Amino acid sequence: MNPGDFDRADALASTEKLLARRLPSRLWAWRYLLLRRLTQFGILVLFFGTAHWGWEVAKKVPLLSGNLSASKFIGYIPMTDPFAALQITLAGHALKQDALIGAAIVLGFYLLVGGRVFCAWACPVNMVTDLAGWARARLPIRPMFHLPRTLRYFILAAALALSVITGVAAFEWVSPIGMLHRELIFGFGMGFIALLSLFLFDLLLLKQGWCGHLCPLGGFWSLVGRTALWRVRFDKTSCTHCGECAKVCPEPQVLNLKRLEETGYVSSGECSNCGRCSPLCPEGSLAFDFRPLIRKHNARAQGSLD
Amino acid sequence: MSDQGQSGLNTSRRDFLVKLAQGAAIAGSGALLWDYILRNEARAAPYALRPPGALAEADFNAACIKCGQCVNDCPPHILKLQPAGGALPIGMPYYAPRTGACIMCPDIPCMKACPTGALSPKLKKIEDARMGLAVIDIENCLSWKGLRCEICHRECPIKGKAITLETHPRQISRHAMFVPLVHSDACTGCGICEKACPTDIAAIRILPHKLVQGKIGEHYRLGWTFDTEVTQDFKPAEASPASAPDAPVPKTAPGMDYLNAGGL
Amino acid sequence: MGLTRRDFLKTSIAASTAATVGMPLSKQAEAAVKAGEAGWQWDKGVCRFCGTGCGIMVATKGGRIVATKGDPDAPVNRGLNCIKGYFNGKINYGQDRLTQPLLRMTNGKFDKKGKFTPISWEQAIDIMEEKIRWALKEKGPTGISIFGSGQYTIHEGYAAAKLMKAGFRSNNIDPNARHCMASAVVAFMQTFGIDEPQGNYDDIEHTDTAVLWGSNMAEMHPILWSRITDRRLTHKPMKVVNLTTYGNMSSDIADLEIIMAPNGDLAIQNFIAREIVRRDALNHDFIKKHTVFATGPYDIGYGFRPKNVEKFASGAEMDTYKNEKVHVIDKFEAIAQRKKEGVAVEQKNAATPMKDWAISFDDFKAAVEPYTLDFVAQVAKGDPDEPLDKFKAKLQQLADLYCEKGRKIVSYWTMGFNQHQRGSWVNEQAYMNHLLTGRQCQPGNGAFSLTGQPSACGTAREVGVFAHRLPADMVVMNPKHRAHTEEIWKLPPGTINPQMGSHFVKIMRDLEDGNTLFNLTQVNNPWQNSANTNHWIKAARNMNNFIVVADAYPGVSAKVADLILPAAMINEKWGAYGNAERRTQVWRQQILPPGQARADIWMLLELSKRFKLKDVWGAQKVPGLESGLPDVLPAAKAMGYSPESTLYEVLFATPENKKLRWPDPIAKGHGNHVADLLKDGWFPEKALFEEYRKFGSGHGHDLAPFDVYHGDKVRGLRWPVVQKDGRWVETQWRSNEKYDPYVQKGMGFDFYGNNGQKMMEGNLDAPSGPDKKVDISHKAKIYFRPYASPVEKPDANYDLWLCTGRVLEHWHSGTMTRRVPELHRAVPAAVCWISQKDADARGLKRNDLVWVESRRGKVKVRLETGGRNRVPRGLVYVPWFDESVLINKVTLDATCPLSKETDYKKCAVKVYKA
Repeated sequence: MNPGDFDRADALASTEKLLARRLPSRLWAWRYLLLRRLTQFGILVLFFGTAHWGWEVAKKVPLLSGNLSASKFIGYIPMTDPFAALQITLAGHALKQDALIGAAIVLGFYLLVGGRVFCAWACPVNMVTDLAGWARARLPIRPMFHLPRTLRYFILAAALALSVITGVAAFEWVSPIGMLHRELIFGFGMGFIALLSLFLFDLLLLKQGWCGHLCPLGGFWSLVGRTALWRVRFDKTSCTHCGECAKVCPEPQVLNLKRLEETGYVSSGECSNCGRCSPLCPEGSLAFDFRPLIRKHNARAQGSLD
Repeated sequence: MSDQGQSGLNTSRRDFLVKLAQGAAIAGSGALLWDYILRNEARAAPYALRPPGALAEADFNAACIKCGQCVNDCPPHILKLQPAGGALPIGMPYYAPRTGACIMCPDIPCMKACPTGALSPKLKKIEDARMGLAVIDIENCLSWKGLRCEICHRECPIKGKAITLETHPRQISRHAMFVPLVHSDACTGCGICEKACPTDIAAIRILPHKLVQGKIGEHYRLGWTFDTEVTQDFKPAEASPASAPDAPVPKTAPGMDYLNAGGL
Repeated sequence: MGLTRRDFLKTSIAASTAATVGMPLSKQAEAAVKAGEAGWQWDKGVCRFCGTGCGIMVATKGGRIVATKGDPDAPVNRGLNCIKGYFNGKINYGQDRLTQPLLRMTNGKFDKKGKFTPISWEQAIDIMEEKIRWALKEKGPTGISIFGSGQYTIHEGYAAAKLMKAGFRSNNIDPNARHCMASAVVAFMQTFGIDEPQGNYDDIEHTDTAVLWGSNMAEMHPILWSRITDRRLTHKPMKVVNLTTYGNMSSDIADLEIIMAPNGDLAIQNFIAREIVRRDALNHDFIKKHTVFATGPYDIGYGFRPKNVEKFASGAEMDTYKNEKVHVIDKFEAIAQRKKEGVAVEQKNAATPMKDWAISFDDFKAAVEPYTLDFVAQVAKGDPDEPLDKFKAKLQQLADLYCEKGRKIVSYWTMGFNQHQRGSWVNEQAYMNHLLTGRQCQPGNGAFSLTGQPSACGTAREVGVFAHRLPADMVVMNPKHRAHTEEIWKLPPGTINPQMGSHFVKIMRDLEDGNTLFNLTQVNNPWQNSANTNHWIKAARNMNNFIVVADAYPGVSAKVADLILPAAMINEKWGAYGNAERRTQVWRQQILPPGQARADIWMLLELSKRFKLKDVWGAQKVPGLESGLPDVLPAAKAMGYSPESTLYEVLFATPENKKLRWPDPIAKGHGNHVADLLKDGWFPEKALFEEYRKFGSGHGHDLAPFDVYHGDKVRGLRWPVVQKDGRWVETQWRSNEKYDPYVQKGMGFDFYGNNGQKMMEGNLDAPSGPDKKVDISHKAKIYFRPYASPVEKPDANYDLWLCTGRVLEHWHSGTMTRRVPELHRAVPAAVCWISQKDADARGLKRNDLVWVESRRGKVKVRLETGGRNRVPRGLVYVPWFDESVLINKVTLDATCPLSKETDYKKCAVKVYKA
C-alpha cells in the first residue's frame, strides 16, 4: 500500500462514519468546517456587498470597504495585510499612517488568535485547496514528487528580497490569493486560470501543495502564529495514538507527538486552527483552548486520571 | 524515524544542510522566473491612467496595495482594478476615459480612501491632479476640419484653461475655424473630453504625460517668456587650477587624437 | 486667398500628418473607401435642426441613409456643419423609434387610464374621428386644438392650418414657434407691417459690428457664429458685443461682454436711444422720410390667466399671478415709467396690449430722458461682483458703437429677447435704435432676429400656423384677409372663424379648464417645452379629454397622450423649410419611414377624409362670438359643393390640385409614401405648395414654383422671389430700393408693409382720440417702450434667478439628439450651472445633486461650477433638453402680453442639496 491509498481509504472511512450519524450530530462534527466556510464566505460577502450594493452602517459609512490586502471597517477601523505592508515598505514606499495602523491591528489580532487562522478562516484560496484536497482523497492519485514544507520560508525570503530588488511588492503582484479575492469583488479576469492551475496542482501534483508548501503568506503567518493564545490543547492522558488526527490534518507535522507531549498543545505556528482534528478525535484529546489555561486544564485532566 | 545515534545527528545535520540548499535552489531559480514575471507585469505601467493624486509610476507600483478602496469610493464608478492577465499591471486602479471619465469630485474621495498613500494626500485641489494629458489627433478632429464641434472644449470642466479654442480664418469659405488646443498646465487628464468626443474613435485621448510630453533643452529659455535685465554686479567665477599660469604641462591635451591620426 | 478647396485640403493634411500619431490614408485605403461608397445615391437636403438652415447632401443606399455631408455649394454653410448637423444621418435610427399607433386601452377598448397598446392606423383614425366629433358636439369648433410646429414642413403646416381654419373652422392651432418667435413677429408687424428680417446672413460679411442681445450664437447658431468670427478675424474694425445675463461661449471672441440683469435690456436700449438723441447721432433725413414715432400702454399685465386664476393656482403661485390684475411700481419702474414708487397700477390694458398711437419726436425725447447712464447702470448691472464704474464704462462703449457715424451695425437676438415678459417691446426697441440712426435694410446694417427652429419662418410664420394668422401675414380678425383667403381656398364667405384662436399657452389653459377636449400635437413636445408644465401634465392626464401626439420617438408628450401616432422624420418624406434669412429650401423623400410610421401630412389628409361639409360648415356656436359662425352650406352648394363632400375633397384633393400628378419627373426616381398611400394619383406636397404660393405672389411674399426649388443647382431662395427675364431672382435686402422690387422707385427705402395703415395720435400717456389719425404708409414705427421689472424677482426665500436654454449638442427636448449615442455620451444629462460663490454660500460643491425649486415645482439636477457657462452670482442656468431634469416644472408661465410668448429666461428659485 502506498500513502495515497491510505489517505483515500481513511478519508472515505471517516466520511462514511460521519454520514452514518444523524444530521444534528453530523453538523456538530462539522462545526468548525461550517464555521470556517461561514467566515470565509461571510468576509467575501461583506466586501462584495460594500463594493456593489453600497452596504453602509450609516450614511456615507461603508460597512467593509476594500479587500484582504487592505480595508476599512465601518469607515473608521483600517486593516492592512502586514505581509503586504512589509513588502511595500521593502519596495521603498513609506506607508501612510492608515496602512500602518491597519497592519498593527491585523497583526495584533492574529498574534492573539493564531497567525494561520487567516489561512483556515479568512483566506478564500483555502476553499479552493480544500476542495482539491477533498477530491484528491477520492481519486486514485499518487504523489508525483515531494517538496519540503519549509520551502515556503524560502519563498517568503525571496518575496522580501525581490520586493527590495524590483521595487514592487513581489508577492502581491503574483498572489493567487489577491487575484481571487480582487476578482470576486472587483471583476473577473485571468486570475481564475491561476486559481484553476493552483487547484490542479494541489489535486494532481502535490497534496496540500500550495497552502502546505509554497504559499509565502502562509509562511509569514506561521512565523507570527507561535505566540497565539488560541490553540489546540493536547491531552496526552487520553490520547491512544490512533493517528486519526494526523490523517485529516493539512499540516500533519504539527502533530509531532513528542512536541505535543512536551508542550501539552499544538505549539507549531504552522497549525491553522482549522479544527479538523478535534471533532474527529475519538478520545477528545484535542480541543481548542485558551493557551494560558492549557497547562491548568491538562494538569486537571491528569489529576482526574490519577 | 531514524535512530538517535551519533551518526544520526550528523546525518540529520547534513540532511538539514542539503535541504536548506535544495530549498534555496528551488526558491532561487523560482525567484529568477518570478523577477522576470514582475518586470514583465510592470512593463505596461506607463500606459495606465491612475486616479488623482497617484504617485509617479514607479512609486505608485511600489505603494499600491491593490485593495480597491478607491474603486469603492469613486462616485461615478469609473475606477477599476485591473484583473490578472489584462493589458495593465495587475490589481491596481485605473480608468478608461472613453467609457468612464473622472468627474473631478472636489473632495477627491478616491484619494482619501487610499490607505497607503499611493494616491498621495498631498493633492489638495482636484484641479491640481495630473492623471494624464489630453492629446488631439488633429487629422481626425472635426473642429480641426472646420466643423463647429468643440465638444471637448465645452465639456472640459476647466474650460478656457485646459482646452482653449483658437480661431483662424478658414480660407476656403468665410467660416472661421475653432480649433481646440490642450494646455498641460491646466489639463488634469480627467478624460471628459475623450468620453465626449463624437467621432467613432475618439480624436482626443488622455495619455500619460510621459508618453506624449516633450521637453525644451535646459540650456535655452524662450525669448518672450520673461524679462531679462543686464546683471549690474557681475560676479566672475574663480579660475580653475588648470588655468593657472604655473599649471604643470599635461601629458595629453584635447585635439591630439584627431591631429595625430592618419594622413591628411 | 486664391486657394482652391482641394489645395487647402491637401495642405492641411500634409500639415497635420506631421503632427499626429495617425497614419495617413494610403492609396489602398482610399480605394477601399471608394469601393465602400459604391452604389451610394446623393441628393440635396437641409439640416433638421436650428434656424440657421445649413444645406446638407444626403447619401442613401438600400433604403438607408448611409452618410451626410455639409453641402459645399450651400451659401449658408459652405460644406460645414456643427456637431448636431454632423449627426443628421443618425437621427432616424434610434432604438426606440415609434413605428406603430399606440392607444391607451383596457380590455381592448380605449381607456384614459389604460396602457398603451398597438393598434392599426384604421383604428387610430377611427378613434380620432370619434373624439373630434365628440369635442365638436360638446364645445363647437373651439373644442378642438392643434399644437403645430416651426419644425413642420411648409406643406404640413399649410395642410394643418387649412384643415383647422377652413375645415373645422377653429383657430385653435398654434405652433411651438409661439414659444420661440412670437415676440419677434409682433415687433415686425407693429414696426414694419410685414414679418421677417429685411436683411440676411450676408450682413455678416458687410458689417463692422455684431451686437448680440440675448443670443448665445456661439452655441445656438454655430455656423453663423463661425461666419461672425471669421469677420472678426479678417476685418479690423469689426467689433463683437455680447449682452447676456450670464457669461457664455459667445463672450469668448467678444470685444465687450455686458452681463445684464434680467429685463435690463429694456433699460439699456433706451439708454442707447437717449445717447443717440443727446449726441445727435440721429439720421434726421431717414427719420423724417421713413419713420413715425409711436408708443403704447404700459399697464398690460404679464400674460397670466386673465380669469379664475385662483381656481388653478396654489397660494405660492398667486404671489406672482396677482400682478396680472394690479402691479405695484418698484423704484426703477417709477423712474422709467414716470410714476411714483409703490403705486398700485391696475393692469387695464392686459386685454389690449397691442394698442399703439403716434407721438411726437419731443415726446419721444422726453420719454428716453430718464434713462441716464447712472440710472440704467443701476437697473441693468447683472453681475453683483462687477464694479459699477466698470459696468458704466461698458455701457458707454456700447453707446459709442451705436453713435459712431459710418459704423455698420447688426443687432442680433434670439430667445433672450423673444422669451421675455416684454419681448415685443424689446424687439421694437432694437428697431428703434437702428431706425434712429438710419441703419436698417442695408448690407451690414440692420436689426436681425435669428430664429430657433428650422422652419419657424418658412412654416409657422409664412404659412400662418398661428391662432391669429393666415398665410402671407394675414390675420383671421381682419375681414378683408378672411375674404381674400376664402377666395383662394374657394370657401363660401364666412367660413373662416373671425375670432382669434387660443395661443399655445392658452390651449394648455383650455385643456386645464376643460374648454378644449381634443388636441392633436405634431412635431412638437408641448408637455416638455411649456413652462409650469406640472399644471399641463395634470390637465392632460386627469381631465376628460383626448390627446393625440404624433412623434418619431417617445417623449414626455407622448407619455401624457392618449393616442400616439408614429411619425415620419425628415428625409422620410418630401419637405421644405424656411430659415431665418427668408431662404426656402426643399428636399425629396430619400428613404421610407420605418414600420407604420407615416408623414404628418398623411395623418391630416386621412383625418380630413372622415369629415363632410355638413359636419362642420353648418351654423356653429363659438364662445365669445355672439352670432356664432354662420351656416355656409347653402353658399357652398351654390359654389357646387355637396354637403356630402369630404374635407379631403374640398380642401386638399381639389380638381385643381389633382392636376399635379404623382409620379412627377422632378422626383428623379425618389418615392413619395404619402402619394402612394393616398392612391389617388396626385402629388400633395407639390400641389399644396403651388396653392400656398398664390397667397404671397404679388404681395411681397413671392415664392418660386415648386420645381424651381428642386433644381439641381438651387440651394434655396430668399423671398420675395420674383421672375425677371425668365429667371427666378431672390431678394437680399428688403425695403431697400437697390435690392427689393417692391420698393417704390425713388424712395430709397420703403417700409411698404404699413401701406394704407393709419394710426391714432396722442401723447406719451394716451391716444388723443380716434378722430385724429396719421397715415403711416411707407413708414416704419419708432416705438418708445419703457423699462418694466420682471414680474417675479428673487426674494429671501427664492433667492436666485433661473435662466433656461439649450446646449449646442442637443436639439430642443432631446427626442432626436438623445437618440444619437455619440451626442448622448457627450452630454448625457442637464446640469445646473451655478457660480462658485453661490455654491460655497450654500455649502454645495460641483457634482452635488441638488433641488432647483420655484413656487411651481422642483427638479433634481447635478451642479456644475465650471464648464461652458460662467453664471454670475445670483443666477443659475439649466438647459431644458433633458426630460429627466424637466426644468419646465419650475419655470414661470408669464408671457409677453403682446406676443403671448413665454418668458423661460427668468423666474425665482432656490437651490438646495437633494
